[in-house]
Amino acid sequence: MNQNAQRILNNPKFQELVAKRSAFAWTLSIAMLVIYFGFILLVAFGKSFLGTPIGSGVTTWGIPVGVFTIVSAFILTGIYVYRANGEFDELNRQILEESK
Amino acid sequence: MRATTRFAAPVAAAAAAAGALVPTTVLADAIGGAVQKQATNWSAILMFLAFVLFTLGITYWAARRTKSAKDFYAAGGGITGFQNGLAIAGDYMSAASFLGIAGLVYASGFDGLIYSVGWLVGWPIVLFLVAERLRNLGKYTFADVASYRFQQTPIRTLSACGSLATVTFYLIAQMVGAGKLIQLLFGLDYMVAVIIVGVLMIGYVTFGGMLATTWVQIIKAVMLLSGASFMAFMILAKFGFSPEAMFKAAVEAHPKGLAIMSPGALVTDPVSAISLGMALMFGTAGLPHILMRFFTVADAKEARKSVFYATGFIGYFYILTFIIGFGAILMILAPDANGAYPFLTAAPAAGAKAVIANVIGGTNMAAIHTAHAVGGDLFYGFISAVAFATILAVVAGLTLAGASAVSHDLYASVFAKGRANEADEIRVSKITTVAIGILSIVLGIAFENQNVAFMVGLAFVIAASANFPILLMSMFWSKMTTRGAVLGGGLGLISAIVLLVLGPTVWKAVLGNPTAIFPYDNPGLFSILLSFAGIWFFSITDNSAQAQKERKDFEAQYIRSQTGLGAEGASAH
Repeated sequence: MNQNAQRILNNPKFQELVAKRSAFAWTLSIAMLVIYFGFILLVAFGKSFLGTPIGSGVTTWGIPVGVFTIVSAFILTGIYVYRANGEFDELNRQILEESK
Repeated sequence: MRATTRFAAPVAAAAAAAGALVPTTVLADAIGGAVQKQATNWSAILMFLAFVLFTLGITYWAARRTKSAKDFYAAGGGITGFQNGLAIAGDYMSAASFLGIAGLVYASGFDGLIYSVGWLVGWPIVLFLVAERLRNLGKYTFADVASYRFQQTPIRTLSACGSLATVTFYLIAQMVGAGKLIQLLFGLDYMVAVIIVGVLMIGYVTFGGMLATTWVQIIKAVMLLSGASFMAFMILAKFGFSPEAMFKAAVEAHPKGLAIMSPGALVTDPVSAISLGMALMFGTAGLPHILMRFFTVADAKEARKSVFYATGFIGYFYILTFIIGFGAILMILAPDANGAYPFLTAAPAAGAKAVIANVIGGTNMAAIHTAHAVGGDLFYGFISAVAFATILAVVAGLTLAGASAVSHDLYASVFAKGRANEADEIRVSKITTVAIGILSIVLGIAFENQNVAFMVGLAFVIAASANFPILLMSMFWSKMTTRGAVLGGGLGLISAIVLLVLGPTVWKAVLGNPTAIFPYDNPGLFSILLSFAGIWFFSITDNSAQAQKERKDFEAQYIRSQTGLGAEGASAH
């Protein structure tokens, strides 16, 4: 391992970055898995709920639930990119700067 | 539009091929429509020619800028996050997913939404766990990352096999789908269509490399998204932008009535559903032509943005497809202003509802008929041209990924042991592109009358069971060793293929046996777990000196993957 890498490893900011970013990425991954497999299990076991009309119309609960699943994927990526490209990248920049 | 010569090939195979993304077993009624070769569609052909001329111009421009290996494989690393997001979305929004999902919504309503959700949810996982690490560690192919601290020969060979298997099955499905679709849309012969696709794709990739492939993909994505947006807008406008009014009219027109508003036969047992979900989710994160796109951007920041935009475009596209599918129900199954049913082979008897399967050209034509109904002849021509352009762009991306696996992984790293120079590597890549192009024309023709609908599913299962586990574990697990990766990944690859062949999609539907040996359509759940278990077991039991060294090297890899220290930059132009 070269000197820069050794300095990075000893930098407490690196430990902080890795801990924070990993926790964040795994939390969001689990959120996505729960939403998606929750949706699939609802389709398998909750057909009657998804087929229930909202109010007096023909639109069923399945429509907003399905659209929510699609939109949640986009929102979760947005949340991650916002924090990673801002807060985490700034920390990363400092770490690389201090390793020189 | 007149139906002229009746197309002789087996109807089910033909229709299924055009909707290659929709598994046959869940869609029995969606593949029942007759497939007919249509009258030559001149407005579509002219618009497609305009697209081809324009993209060839781009290829000429790209060829002049493509000099180094980095230019050829990764467009010089100078694509922006937004552009790459469009290109990734373009790679993912194939003609089959557009026509297949709209057709599924037309035939079964809500089930189409369940299906499209599965295709989207892999993207956040790609972002959270794969994209930036991949960008920081790799150069041209995902095998660069998978083999980072391991013995090059075995891992590169296995990764190249995984890539080539994924690419080949995907390509066959696309080529056969292309031939059938173009027969329907343009009135061209199957063989002519397959040859046109093959020749153009060789042209884009050999001359223009990744730069041309990316721009062809971006243009097509913009065309497809604008065309689909226009259709959804026109459909909703008919109902005063009230989805409720649209659903109500669809329920009245559809023979299944209210059933189209709730889940139907798509998900029957939870094991199949979870298995398919896992294959789609993790397969997305293991597709070589998608992973390759992360090396075309400047850094991890742009790689993240790419996924954000791609997820947005793909999600938006699936919502549009859902609206278009409902529009199709209204345009096809309900009478028009004159009380006629222009898109059905037979109008329903008085008082009876229209028959879903009577749609001209089969269920996969639902979206195309809808385009005709909302936008007239010219827009119909445009959407047909977009469908052709879509196939072309997708096969170009696949071919480049296959050629890179051969030239960068097999030739440069395994065969020449890293001693090959750039010029040789690019030359091998171009020769491979031509070979893959010719091979896919031959396979496209050979599989004309076969049911190839299972092949995209197979490509995803292989990507999820062989490519994804090795890639993920190499980046996250310090204790993985070469032996673990090769045996575990190999186990995933073989079990995915064997279980799929023994399952209902191939054993019963394709080979015609009475019952399947393996009960589930999609083996994902089993082959993915087997692969991870194999990697774990064969790594922890590996105490060789090589294994010790590989574990020790994790730290340096880890620092680079997290911080981008020493990562590939964009080349200066």
